[in-house]
Amino acid sequence: MNTTAQEPIVTDAELVARLQAGDESAFEKLVRTYMPRLLRVARRFLSSEEDARDAVQDAFVSVFKSIKNFEKNAQLSTWLHRIIINSSLMKLRSRRRRPEQEIETLLPRFQEDGHQVEPSTPWTESAQTVLERAELRDAVRKSIDQLPESYREILLLRDIEELTADETAEALGISKNVVKVRLHRARQALRTLLDPSMRTVPA
Amino acid sequence: MSVRPYLPCSEVIGFLADYIDRVLPPETIVEFERHLAVCASCVAYLASYKETIRAARIAEDVIADAPEELIEAILRSRLQ
Repeated sequence: MNTTAQEPIVTDAELVARLQAGDESAFEKLVRTYMPRLLRVARRFLSSEEDARDAVQDAFVSVFKSIKNFEKNAQLSTWLHRIIINSSLMKLRSRRRRPEQEIETLLPRFQEDGHQVEPSTPWTESAQTVLERAELRDAVRKSIDQLPESYREILLLRDIEELTADETAEALGISKNVVKVRLHRARQALRTLLDPSMRTVPA
Repeated sequence: MSVRPYLPCSEVIGFLADYIDRVLPPETIVEFERHLAVCASCVAYLASYKETIRAARIAEDVIADAPEELIEAILRSRLQ
């Protein structure tokens, strides 16, 4: 079998070289190292644990098939990230979509003169308190889940997975301008959903 | 001396994403910030908009587990 299999795999470059050589222990190392990160991404997109796990499994099948074509100067983690995103989006598409909610009711409303109908008040809670309080973290996640699907996926891709507007447009097969418009609306809608639990309580 | 009108809140809020990404033309930024200097509501909105993005990142940054049965299923699928 492979004579180098006994040497520890330290870097991603070594891991890729072993994978491309067909070293079975390298495949296990790859799965054990990267699976949790991939599962975390899949769970963001897919509400069902079974679907998230299927997406991870599909992603690794794709990785196993295409590792030979992986370019040595590419970043392994970035490549895997793109694969799990595509796999999660495919799984999402294969599921019957929830009826698309109207986002308009979650956007700020303006009077004819351009002023906000309901003036905004400062938030007392901050992202720092979201970090510190589990119930607030759950509330934020639930609010993200409430966003209409075509907005939620763009918020996840741009603000959480940190894809560029071009990468997001390509992944979803839509224009960069649509990505831009939907991202702004998604953030506004999420802000509206978070507002009651984050703002100053009037005395 | 004529007084330059302020941008309406609707425009300021409409271009918030471009403002925080710093892609607005310099002359628009000047008008944007002139509005913010006199509009507490838009200042609050801008701050909460930025906080929304941060809160979403923090809330989604959960610790990832590694279910052993999934690892085994993936490795089995490789051998099939």
